[in-house]
Amino acid sequence: MNNSSPYQPDDLRTFEIVPLGDSALSVVFGDRIGPETHKRVRQLALYLERQPFHGMIEFVPAFTSVAVYYDVMALLDKHANVAEPRHRQFPFQIAAALMDKIVRQLGSLPVQQAKTVEIPVCYGGEFGPDLETVAEQNGLTPQEVIDIHSGADYLVYMLGFAPGFAYLGGMSERIAAPRRQTPRLAIPAGTVGIAGKQTGVYPIETPGGWQLIGRTPMELFLPKSWPPALLEAGNVVRFYPISRSEFDGWEESRT
Amino acid sequence: MSVRILKPGLLTTIQDRGRFGAQKYGIIVSGPMDSYALRIANLLVGNDEAAAGLEMTIVGPEIEFEAPALLSVCGGDLSPSLNGNPVPLWRTIFAPEGSRLEFGELKKGCRAYLAVAGGFDVPVEMSSRSTYLRAGIGGWEGRPLQQGDRIPVGELPPRSLSLLRKLRRGAGKEDTAVSPWSLSADLLPAYAPDPVIRVIDGAERELFDEESVSRFFSETYRVLPQSDRMGYRISGGKLKLKEQAELISSPVTFGTIQVPADGDPIVLMADRQTTGGYPRIAQVISADLPLLAQVNLGGKVRFRSVSLKEAQQHAVIGERKVRTLRHGLVLQSVN
Repeated sequence: MNNSSPYQPDDLRTFEIVPLGDSALSVVFGDRIGPETHKRVRQLALYLERQPFHGMIEFVPAFTSVAVYYDVMALLDKHANVAEPRHRQFPFQIAAALMDKIVRQLGSLPVQQAKTVEIPVCYGGEFGPDLETVAEQNGLTPQEVIDIHSGADYLVYMLGFAPGFAYLGGMSERIAAPRRQTPRLAIPAGTVGIAGKQTGVYPIETPGGWQLIGRTPMELFLPKSWPPALLEAGNVVRFYPISRSEFDGWEESRT
Repeated sequence: MSVRILKPGLLTTIQDRGRFGAQKYGIIVSGPMDSYALRIANLLVGNDEAAAGLEMTIVGPEIEFEAPALLSVCGGDLSPSLNGNPVPLWRTIFAPEGSRLEFGELKKGCRAYLAVAGGFDVPVEMSSRSTYLRAGIGGWEGRPLQQGDRIPVGELPPRSLSLLRKLRRGAGKEDTAVSPWSLSADLLPAYAPDPVIRVIDGAERELFDEESVSRFFSETYRVLPQSDRMGYRISGGKLKLKEQAELISSPVTFGTIQVPADGDPIVLMADRQTTGGYPRIAQVISADLPLLAQVNLGGKVRFRSVSLKEAQQHAVIGERKVRTLRHGLVLQSVN
């Protein structure tokens, strides 16, 4: 991490506030991905959602940190104490002090129950052309891969890469598979894939090198609604298998 | 009123200030590459700074105004002309009904911005009118403009009406009119084909070997042809880490300079993804993003290191100038 930060909180063991350019900062809770760190990320995200500070533009929860984008002028207009030049701070220091105060009181806040989102997946066939490969590589049958993939709870750590794309934690290493040598040029929206020890769902058609194991009829990117994504950081995701006819009838069955 | 696109140009898109508040859903900010030019263009026609205008790239479009219009072209010099006569940049211009705005030779920079009083009145999607090309939403049908498009323009705000009256005083009904007022020299960006761009440290600067860091600040980098609105690929001196590091993907921002395994840096621009996983050596300061955005493919850049405090001072100085201009135009539009 960047230790030359002009702002050092008292206790570096618990969190660090570092600049992300000159109009954003990052509150970093260590560098280890896990439920403890994730809990603190969620607490801070929840706080900023409910009580954005004056001058905050937006925030993005990530694996071990929360990025906070701010408006330099709005912070100065509100906090610059022009009468007291000794106390004049530049905008990063103002924002960092605000965040420091917020983070220190997070410990006492209750953590909300995570929302569980169930996502139907039609595994294999034309939707999952790499299901066999993933099974072979792991000495499993395709059905076993499906059982393992749909038998776990996944934690949404962060959204990024594409609109509505969730970085999920919690996939069993028993179904891990390396990326394909040659990426495919167009992977349809809704495709479920595996890359290394990660699994994810492509929200829009995009090129990619993932091993494709199935497809969901659900939309993950919803530009006409708000929030514009099915998932958000902090959700729990469960996949459940559906048949091809259920997949085809999905649109009609939704009311 | 609408404007008609007679020729689309190379890449003409509708952009407002950008799509904020949705990055946590993986939705990119988009918006103008040179936000300064679009903001000034909007102010000059009496719009709110955040109104939607056109970003035009290298080869400008040909546009017909179906009703009288107040317009401004700012940013790079793509040789704009109205009804066959060259018009100046960074000014307020009155165009009578049926006027045609065309562009010619690229003289400076590579992106020009057109603001029309009232702003382009396209649907707001996820709280912005900016075009999100990859997802095909926002702007006009989520795509670059094409021949035959008719883009609606909104109602004129009160300030536009008073600027319009002032500009037309003494002009005939069919005459083009160019404002006597213009931007003071200190408000014009120092666009150059080979600017020195100021940067602050990136979060992973210490992971790079010393030789790479000094190379980054001494070499001249060339903007590669595969650069676009998403990012500038630049090449000049390969950058290496002290040792291989696997980073966790995390949020990035406009101007983040990240270095993939091949050692050629990428500067993230307006259409950047919301998160990235490559080590970040530096970060372009906000005040210099417009200068970088106006460097064309094949152009050159050098980097100079400044402190975060200096970066924010420059940002504040720039914002204060914009405020001054805003107030000046308010005074212009009264009486």
